[in-house]
Amino acid sequence: MSRTQVDETAARSDLIDERLAQDTGLRGALDAFRRRVRDGDLGLLPVVVGLFVIGLVFYLQDVTYLSSSNLVNITLNAVPYGIIAVGIVLVLLLGEIDLSVGSISGLSASITAVLVVQQDQPLVLGLLAGAGTGAAIGILYGLIFTKIGVPSFVITLAGLLGFVGLQYVVLGDTGTINLPRSSALAQFAREDFLSPAVSYALVAAVAVGYALVSIAGIRRRTAAGLPAQSVTLVLVKAAVLVAGLGFLTYYLNIDRGWGFAVVFFVGLVVLMDLVLRKTTWGRHLYAVGGNVEAARRSGINVNLIYISAFSLTGLLAATGGLMFLARLTSVSQASGSNDVNLTAIAAAVIGGVSLFGGRGSAYSALLGVLVLTAINSGLNRIGVDSSVRYIVTGAVLLLAVSIDAIARRARASSGRG
Amino acid sequence: MSGSVSPARLGRWAPPAALVVIWLVMSLSNPRFLSAVNLTNLMLQIVAVGAVAVAVVLVLLIGEIDLSVGAVSGLGAAVTAVLSVKADWPAVLAILAGLATGALVGLLHAAMVTRVGVPSFVVTLAGLLTWQGALLLVLGDTGSVNIDDPQLVAIAGTFLSPALGWLLAALVTGGAVLAIVGYLRGVRPRPARRVWPWVVAAIGAPVAVAVFNADRGVPLAVVVFLLLLAGGDLMVRRTRLGRHAVATGSNASGARRAGIKVDRIRLAVFMLASVLAVTGGILAASRLLAVNQSSGSTDLMLTAVAAAAIGGTSLFGGRGTVWSALLGALVVGSLANGLDLLGASSPIRLIATGLVLALAVGLDTLAHRAELTPFREHSRPGP
Amino acid sequence: MSVATHEGGSAAATTQPVLELTGIGKHFGAVQALAGVDFGVHPGEVVALVGDNGAGKSTLVKIMSGVYQADSGSMRVDGREVHVHSPSAAQALGIATVFQDLALCDNLDVVANLFLGSELGAKTWMDEVAMEKESWRLLRELGAKIPTVRIPVASLSGGQRQTVAIARSLVGNPKVVMLDEPTAALGVAQTAEVLNLVERLREQRLGVILVSHNMADVQAVADRIVVLRLGRNEAEFNADDVTTEQLVAAITGASDNVVAERNARREASGGPA
Repeated sequence: MSRTQVDETAARSDLIDERLAQDTGLRGALDAFRRRVRDGDLGLLPVVVGLFVIGLVFYLQDVTYLSSSNLVNITLNAVPYGIIAVGIVLVLLLGEIDLSVGSISGLSASITAVLVVQQDQPLVLGLLAGAGTGAAIGILYGLIFTKIGVPSFVITLAGLLGFVGLQYVVLGDTGTINLPRSSALAQFAREDFLSPAVSYALVAAVAVGYALVSIAGIRRRTAAGLPAQSVTLVLVKAAVLVAGLGFLTYYLNIDRGWGFAVVFFVGLVVLMDLVLRKTTWGRHLYAVGGNVEAARRSGINVNLIYISAFSLTGLLAATGGLMFLARLTSVSQASGSNDVNLTAIAAAVIGGVSLFGGRGSAYSALLGVLVLTAINSGLNRIGVDSSVRYIVTGAVLLLAVSIDAIARRARASSGRG
Repeated sequence: MSGSVSPARLGRWAPPAALVVIWLVMSLSNPRFLSAVNLTNLMLQIVAVGAVAVAVVLVLLIGEIDLSVGAVSGLGAAVTAVLSVKADWPAVLAILAGLATGALVGLLHAAMVTRVGVPSFVVTLAGLLTWQGALLLVLGDTGSVNIDDPQLVAIAGTFLSPALGWLLAALVTGGAVLAIVGYLRGVRPRPARRVWPWVVAAIGAPVAVAVFNADRGVPLAVVVFLLLLAGGDLMVRRTRLGRHAVATGSNASGARRAGIKVDRIRLAVFMLASVLAVTGGILAASRLLAVNQSSGSTDLMLTAVAAAAIGGTSLFGGRGTVWSALLGALVVGSLANGLDLLGASSPIRLIATGLVLALAVGLDTLAHRAELTPFREHSRPGP
Repeated sequence: MSVATHEGGSAAATTQPVLELTGIGKHFGAVQALAGVDFGVHPGEVVALVGDNGAGKSTLVKIMSGVYQADSGSMRVDGREVHVHSPSAAQALGIATVFQDLALCDNLDVVANLFLGSELGAKTWMDEVAMEKESWRLLRELGAKIPTVRIPVASLSGGQRQTVAIARSLVGNPKVVMLDEPTAALGVAQTAEVLNLVERLREQRLGVILVSHNMADVQAVADRIVVLRLGRNEAEFNADDVTTEQLVAAITGASDNVVAERNARREASGGPA
């Protein structure tokens, strides 16, 4: 066809339009950000602001709150909840829910503990069994959801009940199983930290990697005649990344530094973010959460998406349970109680994942869980008892969903969504 | 539409059938199950869960859910207990304060749902956490308050005299017979299935009273529970509020267009539900003579939701009766009581309840689907 | 009733219908929704499918798009007999459908919507650059005015959303594009834009099937108008020499009698502007 020459110029003008509307340099980025907020697309803004406020408030109450050792503790405590919250993000993106992640985590940890501690099986086998249990439960949920059509919150409510019972059965009469502190699993979550040299190298690698990947992306887009963000902006972002992460690393290294478990968790979040944004599966997940019917008509295997997401959520819940086992070096009947459930769900929602499906990112789990753990740690430090902690967590959850609901209305009232 | 047994029909008959099966199995495994003492205990055990289940039924009827009923029932009971024991309030005032706490909580839930637009399951999930915290706060450091007020204790500790029991039975049977006669003579032309509950009531009342009287007599708490059920049922079926609530549950936007003030209905139902939850909490406290940290546990909420669903109230909204709370509570309670007698551990009980709930919900879902697609298999929401 | 039918592969490419249905019947329970319906579309032709409510338009559209299967009759694509079991089978045969509700995911951006279900790139990782480039190409082909392809579809206007839905049907190079009531919810200017798009599709030698209630739109853009009534072919007109009165008479089933004239007069004076 003979439209090459004419259309190239047409394309240019389109692109120029877009460049004006998009981010050229720092000012453009700021403008785009402001526009998004006005349109009710708040993203991670409220939670970042929230973290600053929390830090400030508790610092004023107790200067040691922001000490290196306390921050290291916060990061370590956040890991198990955070891993479970990543799973919650997946089901929430679909517009579904899993109320039984706590029970799954407790059950999986119990199975692993029984195998490893009581029956002297190799650790790897125990871990696989625990994780496999979670994944299998998730597949079961997915099958019931897609084949029978029971609403997810009902299936998982029944699961919550059933798996707590199963956990008691697995644990048997003793009710509590202790994991030796010398176990590799316990070491991983409690004692293993990156050495300062390795941690700085990692920070450098992350920043350089980010910059290289971004610049390669810019090259490809420019070559294809598409608008791209400016290289300056990328370099500024990379510099901010180095400065921020570098300072954080320096500060955490005053005490013990980055725990292996923390690096594992953050790595998991980054990986999940890439999978969600860059893969077909992730795209389809968002599509199903946004409009199931449209997704189905586009030829997407909707059932497969549901089943895979539920099973991943189960797997992540189990992994979180294993992290609890590792961090607390014990599992009991109280493991995976409602507290875990609610904290994980609250973390995802507080991090900005919409309950209405299709909106949110993997980083929500990270930020949300940091908010909740930071609050918990602070309340502990100023000697508030657990009752107030419950109330505060509930209130924060309510605040987060209210922001979500109101933002959704803002979108709706401006004729969007 | 296939097969001779429609899912909707199956859904209606499954709960009573399940109850019969459970009673048969339990009484065959342990003859003590059917003893007057045990049956009286069973009824006392289910009263609290049953009252909370009524709350869940009402909320389900408007197509919402309340996951905080357990915590709210604990909180209300704690308020009542603390006011009675630590502040020496008279029992009636303490109870009223507890119920008012429930009403306030329901008001907050409804405000979040209607004004802000947060889905009810999230509001009440946050509520579950918050009210559990509030419960701990009210109970104070000891974490437990023992009830000693004679009037509070009397709620669950009073048994009617045999004569009074028989008088009640006579009243219920008499009323039921009158209703049946009305149907038979065509004064109230209704489908046959409307007659069956009256037949059950006419026969059941004297049998129940006979069993109760063989033990300690009809428990006052059971009478209170039955009155709650009857009142709730009348409200749902015969009042404007009830009719509007059902309409809201089956099609909220349709109800709104028909001029129903949907938000007001939601407000009323959430408040009523929380008040009922507190009623259940006070009944439980009176039976256990104490309120403690586990009073508002999630167990109670789950059992109550399970009871409502097992009793035949649809989780999809707009379908169900208040009596399903009784039926469901009986199923769950009998299961627990029977397994207890058999010496089964509490985990087995949890698993059994979870399975029965899953089964009930499965049936409900099938019934719901059958209802949605009466003629067209492929119908999709479209033009 | 004569529908242009050209049997066999020997006919010249310009005269062979790209999609052709003969003797289509479909019933739901006791209701005969379609009986012996013939329908076809040639490359570079815009065929309007009109009829009253219950005439069987949407049933026919759903049969062509693979949502329903016909009980009787045959369907040919490029002269070859085909069986369309599912929507994806129809897409694979080159029959694209733009549904009335557009079936867009509001939370995804334009690029994501355009390629939903047929993302470019390796099996797992998507090639965003290729998709974005191809998106611009498709949109330019349609002469569409979309400010940027990287905003969620939710923030586009009704006409822009319709444009995205039409552009999306072009992914995968279809032979036939079916538009179900594309202008139903649009304002005057946006309707004109969509009609322009339809003409662009014709210029690209696609077969276009337009289902519409709006006689003015149909007459403005269609080459041929097929009228269904009570599940049967009622009439077929050349768009250039048909009046609104004739169309309305065919749709309502009143033929050349006094009642029909009255109806036609009344419809014409109170009807479309």
